[in-house]
Amino acid sequence: MTGLGATTPLGGDVASTWEALVAGRSGVHLLKHEWAQELPCRIAAELAVEPSEVLPRVRLRRLDRSEQIALVAAQQAWDDAGLSDDLDKERLGVAFGSGIGGALTLLAQDDILEEFGARKVSPFTVPMLMPNGPAAVVGIEFKARAGVHAPTSACATSAEAISLASDMIRLGRADVVIAGGAEAVIGGLPMAGFSSMKAMSTRNDDPEHASRPWDRDRDGFVMGEGSGALILERRDHAEARGARIYAVVAGSGLTSDGYDIVQPDPECRGGGRAMRAAIKQAGIDPKDIGHVNAHATSTPVGDMAEVKGIKREVGDHVVLTATKSMTGHLLGGAGAVESIAAILAIVEGVIPPTINLENPDPALDLDVAANEARKVELNAALNTAFGFGGHNAALLFTKA
Amino acid sequence: MALSRDEIREGLSDILEEVAGVNPDDVADGKSFTDDLDVDSLAMVEVVVAAEEKFGVKIPDDEVANLKTVGDAVSYIEKG
Repeated sequence: MTGLGATTPLGGDVASTWEALVAGRSGVHLLKHEWAQELPCRIAAELAVEPSEVLPRVRLRRLDRSEQIALVAAQQAWDDAGLSDDLDKERLGVAFGSGIGGALTLLAQDDILEEFGARKVSPFTVPMLMPNGPAAVVGIEFKARAGVHAPTSACATSAEAISLASDMIRLGRADVVIAGGAEAVIGGLPMAGFSSMKAMSTRNDDPEHASRPWDRDRDGFVMGEGSGALILERRDHAEARGARIYAVVAGSGLTSDGYDIVQPDPECRGGGRAMRAAIKQAGIDPKDIGHVNAHATSTPVGDMAEVKGIKREVGDHVVLTATKSMTGHLLGGAGAVESIAAILAIVEGVIPPTINLENPDPALDLDVAANEARKVELNAALNTAFGFGGHNAALLFTKA
Repeated sequence: MALSRDEIREGLSDILEEVAGVNPDDVADGKSFTDDLDVDSLAMVEVVVAAEEKFGVKIPDDEVANLKTVGDAVSYIEKG
């Protein structure tokens, strides 16, 4: 891991996002948009820095918002890694996902079709709405020719992408892979759909306290938008060019529940097997894992099921945190941004807090960095991500 | 009242800048959309739709292939 990039509700880059995470700042606020006013959930975590402040105007109009932020994050990661154009592009890959894709483009163009007819529909509609759009845009920007992959597994998407990227390097398919995910679907229909499932918080009168993983009074997730990108690089390739190595992707695990389209397995069996697989691949003792950046979305069932899985597979010594308490749920961007948080926890020796954990759920029997950042020396940290459809991903990072 | 060639070119130039980021200083009758102004086929679709709206003309798809240069487009719109 030699480069990190992000644009999130907390900041337009990794440094500002990390600073806000450690400080325990919430990125959630009340939506002022007219379309939001009749929704059951009128709160969300919108980007701190609009892509229009970073990308040129004509570029913006040909890209869905998810593609715009994928590009922003990937460019940061690329620059952070100190990579240049002389890299062998046939050895450069991309694994970059989106959970939902260009839904807002689809809806906007459908409005144009209804109102003005087919001829007015943008010729960029299809490349903007396709869920492989963010991966494709990143791949073209950096001329990646070893394969551009766009895993899509709802909220496990970008964790799966990092796992896939790691496999690409292990299998010898690439020397460098740009991995991550992007999601930008804060809009009427996606929010109404999640609300109809009763998955979203309705704490509209208190936005900053709405995302409260593991708290007794949690009532659903808060939608966020954002993108995270990570440069994975074969160790000898990174060493040969003297690159800074943040951490190592020591192991990853991907499993599926085979259980329910939206409900998590109450015992976290599939999630647990993913953790076990990551630990096994890394070949480390679970006792060496000091921290888990948990999926914990602030939903009543999912949060506690995951705790069972972590306790069983990793042990009761770990310190958990749920950074979704601050960023909201970035859906397809979550695994990447939370992996960045887990990696920086190792690098900086600081676990960002889980804010709003005022009255812990009685079933929470693991240590959480509640409400304040925790200083702790870490050799290894785990990131988990689970998605609708029963997709489970676990990523194990170790000190460089 | 019919627009002059200069007025049409200026209107086209605004459209090209808006949808494809073409510098207005580069827009001249002899310039090819694809070779000189970097307007690819998808961007050209947007230019055509915007031009139809702005100038109140119809530009059928099989006609678009003949509009290779800015001058071609100005002449077509001029004929109305």
